Amino acid sequence: MNTQTRKAWRIRQPSVIPGFGLALGVTLFWLVLVILIPLSGLLIRSSALGAANFWALATDPRTLNALRVSFGTAFAAALVNVIFGIVLAWVLVRYSFPGKRIIDAMVDLPFALPTAVAGIALTTLYAPNGWIGQWLTPLGIKVAFTPVGITIALIFIGLPFVVRTVQPIMEEIDREVEEAAATLGATRFQTISRVLLPGLTPAVLTGFALAFARGVGEYGSVIFIAGNLPYVSEIAPLLIVIRLEEFNYPAATAIAAVMLLISFMMLLVINLIQSWSRRRYGYGA
Amino acid sequence: MEVRVEKLRKEFERFPALHHVSLDIRSGELIALLGPSGSGKTTLLRLIAGLEAPTEGKIFFGEQDASYKSVQERNIGFVFQHYALFRHMTVLENVSFGLKIRPAKRRPEAAEIKKRAFELLELVQLSGLEKRYPAQLSGGQRQRVALARAMAVEPNVLLLDEPFGALDAQVRKDLRKWLREIHDQTGHTTVFVTHDQEEALELADRIVVMSQGRIEQVGTPDEVYDNPNSPFVFGFIGQSNCLKVRISNHEVWFEDRPIGVPAPGEREGEALLYFRPHDIQILDGCGGCMAGVVASSRRVAGTRHVEVDVGSGHNPVEIELPPERAAGIDRSRIAFRPTKWKIFRP
Repeated sequence: MNTQTRKAWRIRQPSVIPGFGLALGVTLFWLVLVILIPLSGLLIRSSALGAANFWALATDPRTLNALRVSFGTAFAAALVNVIFGIVLAWVLVRYSFPGKRIIDAMVDLPFALPTAVAGIALTTLYAPNGWIGQWLTPLGIKVAFTPVGITIALIFIGLPFVVRTVQPIMEEIDREVEEAAATLGATRFQTISRVLLPGLTPAVLTGFALAFARGVGEYGSVIFIAGNLPYVSEIAPLLIVIRLEEFNYPAATAIAAVMLLISFMMLLVINLIQSWSRRRYGYGA
Repeated sequence: MEVRVEKLRKEFERFPALHHVSLDIRSGELIALLGPSGSGKTTLLRLIAGLEAPTEGKIFFGEQDASYKSVQERNIGFVFQHYALFRHMTVLENVSFGLKIRPAKRRPEAAEIKKRAFELLELVQLSGLEKRYPAQLSGGQRQRVALARAMAVEPNVLLLDEPFGALDAQVRKDLRKWLREIHDQTGHTTVFVTHDQEEALELADRIVVMSQGRIEQVGTPDEVYDNPNSPFVFGFIGQSNCLKVRISNHEVWFEDRPIGVPAPGEREGEALLYFRPHDIQILDGCGGCMAGVVASSRRVAGTRHVEVDVGSGHNPVEIELPPERAAGIDRSRIAFRPTKWKIFRP
């Protein structure tokens, strides 16, 4: 009998692609070095606090409010980005018009621009006497120095993530699938809502997750437009910096650990949904 | 339902794709649009479907003018070469899609839709696979799902665009036979596009041979094969030889001698003689025949194809021989005469 077939399972499959061991080794080493060591440092520091202490720091009203502002605005911004990102990607993929390449390039600007510059620019625009703010103030809408302002900054930061993840998948959409829907009697709206969008779900989820994660961690652009009022428009990353400046390291680590935990849970859930829908739609099958 | 196409013209950005094409498709007929790529066959199919708008001309469904109706209003079934299934839907959802999206007053009950979808899946022999996703099916199975999906809406006419083009030879053959059976069972008026003459000959009630945006000939497989009305049709359908000849004294002359082919009533002068490789007779001696040196031969299924060099300035002639006749004739002289032929003027 062949001894190999009796093994219940093996990590290593015989393959024509060599170097599995080496590639996995490098990957793990890199993950540990770049992500795991810094993060575990954080967890070790916060576990040194003791459970009761940690709980007290984490449930401090100011901390809770900061977390709510951070996650709430990031969530709202990611949602807005999904809607407008899909529309923008659609226009870029489907139509040709003069200046299309310029618009395509502009989508990436939030990636490249220093976030502080973006924050200052947005603040100037939306401040009560700014170009846009002066029209909103008489209507009773306050944008700058409120959570709405934070959301706008995060929308700016997160837009390219959605556009750039959805765009290539949209380019792959087969024209014939739309024609097939039309021959079966589907209206334009039914074709989009029942045939095209469901096919984009995995990509949209990825874009949402990226925009959301970026929004949660964003600091530079937000602190200018947020006004940073404790309990109202103070984001968690800023609170961490404030605690650090007060040399209150335990509180800073506690907030960071809670953020890390929530983010990880949310990204994990999104990833699970994504892999489920990918399997379903036969990507990578 | 009958479909009538009247003087249809289509231009793509000034480039003409169809020139005044007229065609009557009878109710319940299985008709093939056959032609090389760029002949306009797919354009004609898409115009009937309403996926393209005609530049000029009319399309009738029955007595109704459908020229300006949208795809959705025409109620057709369309099957694409690459299936175009909805990949996020199961087989069952794909098949019932056309019924589910109907406005409430024309939509059958959910149970009725399900029943009809299951019936169609049985018809296309995919019972038991209704929960699969398209990615989990083979090419042949996907195309059958596509056909079931198209038939679910009870279309006026079923249009198939190279339905077997993406499949391998064996599957293609099986599906061909199976499509014929389905057609005989359901009686849908069916138009299919193909560039495969064998497929058209085997499957269709009538064949429309197209070339360069025009219809060359319409007829049953026997008519277009035995009585091609143009050099193009002769050359495109089946194997053929074309020889430059001369008509003189009501006889066909090749180079400097008559070849034993009478041409009563034909005008004197240059002509083209077309004949099929198997429509020949091998002769021993030669007093009025074609003769040449065997250049090469190859085995094709039950016969041997022999290439005969008939003289410089002429294309070699291909003839078919039973393998035992062809044994050991390489590089020797051979004499033959066409038994069936057509004469066209250059």
